Amino acid sequence: MRYGETGFNLEIDLTTGNIERVETDPRDTELYLGGLGTNAKLIWDRVPPEADAFSPENLLIFASGLLCGTPATGCNRTIVTTISPQTKLMAFSMMGGFWAPELKYAGYDKVIFRGKSPELVYLYINNDKVELRAAEHLRGRGSVETAELIRQELKEPKAQVAAIGMAGENRVFFASIEQGRSSASRGGIGAVMGDKNLKAVVVRGTKDISLARPAEFMELCQEVLEYIKFRNENPVPGVMPILAGLGSPQEMKVHDEKWHTENFSWGNSRTRRKEFWSEEVERDWTETMDKMRTRLISCYNCPMTCGATISPPGMPTYMMKCFSKLTYTMAAFADLEFGLGIAQSATEYGVDGFSAPQVMAFALELLENGILTDEDFPGMPEDNEGRFYWLLDHIVRREGIGDILADGTYWAAQRIGKGAEEYAHNNIKKHEQLPLKLSMLNPIYFIMYATGEKINITQIEGQFPQAPFPKREHREAFVKDWFQVPDEKFKQYFLDWEPRGENSIPYYPTPPMVCDIVDWQERMHYIDDALGMCAGLSSFPLKPPYHIHNYPKFISAGAGYDMDEEKLTQAIKRYRTLVRANNTRRGMRRKDEQPPKDHWKKRFPELEQELLDTYYAFKGWNSDGIPTETTLRELGLDYVADDFIERGILTKDEEAPPQKAAADQEKEA
Amino acid sequence: MPGEKKTKTVKTIKVDVDKCNGCRACEVICSAFHAAPKYSSNNPERSRIRVIREPLKDVYVPVYAGEYTPAECMGRDKYIIDGKEYDECAFCRASCPSRSLFKEPDSGLPLKCDMCEGEDEPLCVKWCIVDALTYEEREEEVEEGEEMEEMEVGLEALADKFGMDKIRDAMARLSQHKKD
Repeated sequence: MRYGETGFNLEIDLTTGNIERVETDPRDTELYLGGLGTNAKLIWDRVPPEADAFSPENLLIFASGLLCGTPATGCNRTIVTTISPQTKLMAFSMMGGFWAPELKYAGYDKVIFRGKSPELVYLYINNDKVELRAAEHLRGRGSVETAELIRQELKEPKAQVAAIGMAGENRVFFASIEQGRSSASRGGIGAVMGDKNLKAVVVRGTKDISLARPAEFMELCQEVLEYIKFRNENPVPGVMPILAGLGSPQEMKVHDEKWHTENFSWGNSRTRRKEFWSEEVERDWTETMDKMRTRLISCYNCPMTCGATISPPGMPTYMMKCFSKLTYTMAAFADLEFGLGIAQSATEYGVDGFSAPQVMAFALELLENGILTDEDFPGMPEDNEGRFYWLLDHIVRREGIGDILADGTYWAAQRIGKGAEEYAHNNIKKHEQLPLKLSMLNPIYFIMYATGEKINITQIEGQFPQAPFPKREHREAFVKDWFQVPDEKFKQYFLDWEPRGENSIPYYPTPPMVCDIVDWQERMHYIDDALGMCAGLSSFPLKPPYHIHNYPKFISAGAGYDMDEEKLTQAIKRYRTLVRANNTRRGMRRKDEQPPKDHWKKRFPELEQELLDTYYAFKGWNSDGIPTETTLRELGLDYVADDFIERGILTKDEEAPPQKAAADQEKEA
Repeated sequence: MPGEKKTKTVKTIKVDVDKCNGCRACEVICSAFHAAPKYSSNNPERSRIRVIREPLKDVYVPVYAGEYTPAECMGRDKYIIDGKEYDECAFCRASCPSRSLFKEPDSGLPLKCDMCEGEDEPLCVKWCIVDALTYEEREEEVEEGEEMEEMEVGLEALADKFGMDKIRDAMARLSQHKKD
């Protein structure tokens, strides 16, 4: 008997319509856990590096995490994995909501799609009954609308529906998959779903999920719930509201948006508005929110209320994800009423709330600077807000200039030429990042931005405070009950971190400390993505209820694997390295690991090189960012090592890079 | 003695629909508590509390299972509260033929809330930390009657579904089979 997981995947060949239920190997779960870990293995085994995102060989995997569907609070994430059309690398975007637990209750851990359907279809999973159904009548329908129509059609009000909107159907590179109050947005996975002619994946399940050691598991769950209550009543003092608690409920609940609106950039990720947040704005925005927000809502088995149902005047109700609240507003230099309104259309169309607004602001900046002209925007309204609606509409339909913009700022700039590249200035690995333009290089964030393969800084950071606290006594108070640290040394790193002077940014934390800090943050996120845990209760906040000390117990008691901190750390390292190996094989190198040029005003090229060198060595990668043969064999990834050697990515017994990184050559010259 | 008045402690779960965030933690813990062995598995479909949820209409109503009823209502009315339309079933706690709620998914047998007998308070209340569910006890004078055993409720439901003859036949076959 399998615990935690069901032990079965669904394999769907969309080209032939063949459907199979396949038993999985429990040894793979022990090595790679589940969710992201085993997804990375499937991509390695079955998607050749030559395969394009839009080729039938590309897989689209909908996975539940290892502990989804168990009583573990907040464990509800679906991990969707494929090759991204935008980055050409492995994309793994997560969504909360209700889908992954329902899949478990239907009796499956993953749904693996290959091939391309000749006609638009959706997959309906109802326990043992699994069928592909015609979806032509749903073409062009919004993602929320589609979910409702399918539930009615199937007479299954409890079915959970993950669907794409028009953006996915038209292969917009930043198309999302929408589900309940969540979406898998980053990396353009909605476009792959559209390319496969798959409109939705619908699931309904009524089976049990079993636990290996129930009493122990429930005690752990109880501790987590108690801790959540404690933290809700005792927010971390001395940090901004978003970092003081758990989850991200403040996005919808709290009205103070001073920090985001004044620190993040407006328009095409360029303009800081340091004096923006006034009493008047606060009053206006509070009024707007009170008028449109119906209810604060949660994902499956989680008390955190990070989302809300929003009813903009004259528009259908939709469910909002935390930060889309501000992205459209800030891209358009508009107000919250506009932001909440256009997000309704954007949710139905199914686009990434980070990329879509930036792409639109980028287009208008190109127009203002003469790189694009009025002729490129025939019929576009005069008013600012109208222009954004017009652009959104043209992008998701791939009409006119929208067809170019639909490839994201990086590829659009390539196609437009005439210096447009200078305006696509907020990308890492060809993908739009948070609209942050800051002053002083932050060494921790530099490494996270550069080496993260999740394409989203908020899905890498957490655990460690983002900035030093002003006084030592505050820091001492902070570390007192900081039991989540994997090692006591982290407390010292933080205690000695000063806002100014010798022990301040960018030279403190030192590169070796930065390695430890980033590695810890990343480790937590990778655990979450394998277990299906929401980052909001684990890797994202300071002092979360889930941490490296109780996770092994959850896995042991839940899934029945003999797990301790060391073994878990090794497993994470294994599949984290496998994610990188997938991307290495697809050509990702050191040259790709550069934050945007203007991300920080004050840069330190030599320090940045040292940081990268130190981090690569720490991770067991060579100086080009390629996992070394020794590292791979230590982790039991011999098949990767052999493949790298066969392809000439690594040479036998070689620890030095096969070719020097461009930056190193410059330094030597 | 039947017919006599007696003071009885009535256990209730007060439901504040305005506070419900729709997370269904109540379903998770209820089904886990009632698994055999306890907590060994969970499955919301076996839960004795269900959140009737229509997010886009802002309908969030946690309902815990009451008595089994063999007949469905003649008409099902709509209620409009605070501008929101609710189907009558949203507030009904019966396990009835017209809906799939409060039935074991495999046998179809009715489920009924037992207030997590043996615990200080029902676990759905404990797990609802947004306080949509609160536990209350009140004293009430009731006429004493004989309470039906859980198995009897189940058997009666089966009898309603298949007829007494079929149940008798099945029991006979089953006891024969067990003897072998």
